[in-house]
Amino acid sequence: MPPNAAASVGSREIEVEVLRYRSDTDSRPVPQAYRVPFTYDMSVLQGLQYIKDHLDGTLSFRWSCRMAICGSCGMMIGAEPKLACMTFLRDYHPGPLRIEPLTHFPIERDLVVTVGGFVKKIESIYPYLIPKTPRRLDEGEYLQTPMQLAQFESFSDCINCMLCYAACPQFGENPDFIGPGVMALLQRYNGDSRDGAQATRMELVHTENGAWSCTAVGYCSEVCPKQVDPANAVNQNKTKSAIDFFLRFLGRPARSGGAASDGNAP
Amino acid sequence: MHYTYRLKGSAVNLLEADIAIVGAGGAGLRAAIAAAEADPGLAIALVSKVYPMRSHTVAAEGGSAAVIQANDSLDDHFHDTVAGGDWLCDQDVVDYFVAHCTEEMVQLEHWGCPWSRKADGHVNVRAFGGMKIERTWFAADKSGFHILHTLFQTSIKYPSIHRLDEYFCVDLIVEDGRCQGVVAIEIATGEFVLVAAKAVIIATGGAGRVFLQNTNGGIVTGDGMALAYRHGVPLRDMEFVQYHPTCMPGTGLLFTEGCRGEGAILTNKDGYRYLQDYGLGPPDPWPRNKAMELGPRDRISQAFWHEEREGRTITTAQGEAVHLDLRHLGVRKLHERLPQICELAEHFLGINPANEPIPVRPAVHYTMGGIVVNLETASPLPGLFAAGECASVGIHGANRLGSNSLSELGVFGKMAGIKAAAFARSVAAAPITALQRQAQDVERRMLSLIVADGGAERPAVLRDEMARSMEAGCGIYRLGAEIQATCDRIATLKERYRRLHLDDRSQAWNTEWLGAIELGYQLDVAEAIAHSAINRRESRGAHQRLDGFDSRDDASFLKHTLAHYRPDGPPLIDYSPVTITRSLPGKRAYGAEGERAEKIGKETSHAA
Repeated sequence: MPPNAAASVGSREIEVEVLRYRSDTDSRPVPQAYRVPFTYDMSVLQGLQYIKDHLDGTLSFRWSCRMAICGSCGMMIGAEPKLACMTFLRDYHPGPLRIEPLTHFPIERDLVVTVGGFVKKIESIYPYLIPKTPRRLDEGEYLQTPMQLAQFESFSDCINCMLCYAACPQFGENPDFIGPGVMALLQRYNGDSRDGAQATRMELVHTENGAWSCTAVGYCSEVCPKQVDPANAVNQNKTKSAIDFFLRFLGRPARSGGAASDGNAP
Repeated sequence: MHYTYRLKGSAVNLLEADIAIVGAGGAGLRAAIAAAEADPGLAIALVSKVYPMRSHTVAAEGGSAAVIQANDSLDDHFHDTVAGGDWLCDQDVVDYFVAHCTEEMVQLEHWGCPWSRKADGHVNVRAFGGMKIERTWFAADKSGFHILHTLFQTSIKYPSIHRLDEYFCVDLIVEDGRCQGVVAIEIATGEFVLVAAKAVIIATGGAGRVFLQNTNGGIVTGDGMALAYRHGVPLRDMEFVQYHPTCMPGTGLLFTEGCRGEGAILTNKDGYRYLQDYGLGPPDPWPRNKAMELGPRDRISQAFWHEEREGRTITTAQGEAVHLDLRHLGVRKLHERLPQICELAEHFLGINPANEPIPVRPAVHYTMGGIVVNLETASPLPGLFAAGECASVGIHGANRLGSNSLSELGVFGKMAGIKAAAFARSVAAAPITALQRQAQDVERRMLSLIVADGGAERPAVLRDEMARSMEAGCGIYRLGAEIQATCDRIATLKERYRRLHLDDRSQAWNTEWLGAIELGYQLDVAEAIAHSAINRRESRGAHQRLDGFDSRDDASFLKHTLAHYRPDGPPLIDYSPVTITRSLPGKRAYGAEGERAEKIGKETSHAA
């Protein structure tokens, strides 16, 4: 907990049950209960920090910014995927509040899950601008109207917190599914009027671990703390993938871009 | 990095690289890309205690400065920066900086950064504090987030960048008089790795967590500063710590200066725009650059301090506050320009800024000082470079202007990458056995924290006492006796640190252990701050004293502070000259006074 919060801890208490797992000593994850004094404005993250600082230094979890932008502190809070920093203890009083690591991911320890597989997926989708028209620095910026920006802006807001993966039943079944967050990132570049590599990225969308794995449950967008709407990104790619397929079937060249790629960057 | 292997008879893994970069935030990523572009044949190890997208650059909101408008000039950006820094900036470095900001911002645009746009498709800019012309490029109010993700994602293009994500750097390897690598702990396993490298770049960010109320993420613990410092590299100008004036009481979470750039006002409990009483008025017309709420951060935070003492602030459950009022901007503009601010206010305070003002107060935000480096980002230790908030390259002086630090990440991150690449090509690697011996010593020292018995001190207790003491002695206004009390307290805490007790004796994901190592870094940095502060017997920028040293004293203190580490006592403090090329120290004037001075300056230059 931030040191300042320690001073203002009030008399109300909440029972918090944290799923503990240490691979060197534990044969399986088990819940451990703590009683945490809290004030009205205390987040679940601050509750965990209270436990670590005052009750049990062995509890491990990731956190940093405290303001829902670094994406570190995703976990299951009351069985829902949430950011601990913007979820408040008051909403679960008097408890017991169950806190568990993000589901569908291997547990490394306590509330820490393996992020590497997710990052590998990010790396696999050409997550950078491959310009339609190369441009030198001395030529200044590409022009992009606010309307063109709006085509991909929400997809660029993803903080990589992985809540949507914990929400996604398909990812639970098939860990190779590219998944909602990375599909949003793919659409962030495919929808960018400056980008020219839509065809390359669409190849990934067509594969069995691409958009078609999605069964349109839509829970990913519900749990997204940043209104990225990854389900929409997946849907847009399903539509494009289908169009590509039929165009190929008709023997015509596939349209490379998405709806957003018709912007004319100078 | 051609390979990783475990050395015979050692528990320390080895990774051989040409360049090791510590920190994968904006500066570290930019340096990695620059080095990879400078020479694709160099192996670059990018070591970070968090995944790159968690780095604290992510939390920067308002934007990044670079001259772009026809009515703006590099000269104006230079003068704003130098006067904003109360003339403690190195002017040759500021000249280089302002001349390269625009190119860096365009580079980010070419890499995909979603800068906010004007209707005609050009990049939009907003007003910022202390800046004469609007030159702050922004991506809504998530500028740092978008810069960081753009750089991270772009870095994936370069096969020579080998990331060590979640590797915590615990020491530098100095052999043969130069820096030749780092030792890091793989957090997931607790295993040690020696990253042997011909050049090392530190890009670990600031140290704001040594204070109580701060805007910083938990990771901002001064790691790289402390590591360089312990190896004899001075920390420069550490007494200059920036309080950002508009933060959430209690948590210290940031409400960007961009709010005021878009027209927000600050009022006290009487609804009065109190900044007009502190040399920043008159209040109208508004908005107006370099006046009122668009004054520099040090002045605005100082004004709060006076208002609080006079009893004109608003009492909240989390302490005293003033009002940041955005209501007149309207819902549409708020959602377009300041969506994250709306989200923070709503989620954390239950306030809709379209209907209600937000209670705010100053909190520690930025360390102007850092590892001393020259224009080329080289530290006095050969082979060691530093860039970003951890470095003191000389552009911020005694008070940084908002939106200069994101530009700094680009301009000097790139410089560090290029210069480290050139250095790495110019030297031969030392024999691995010598480096290995050092790495094993480091491993023993670090493991002793876990196994030590007999201690009873909890790291969290020491950390909180440090943060409270720093706030008390090194706050917005400072008194000699109070700074001294902080110096004494830090010395005591360092003593108690030797008797730490950890609950957690394991090695895999032992965040209590890592936190204890971070606390060691913090105590060293805190000590450098406090001792630099007590020795500067004047008031300048963010360092304001009330004990008889309440004005600027150019005759005695127009110079940089250098804090030199001593293992068995407080730092040795000495000084170095400031580079002044064309702007002689003058009065920092804002509001009407600044406008008058500007007019006179113009007439003089026309006459000449």
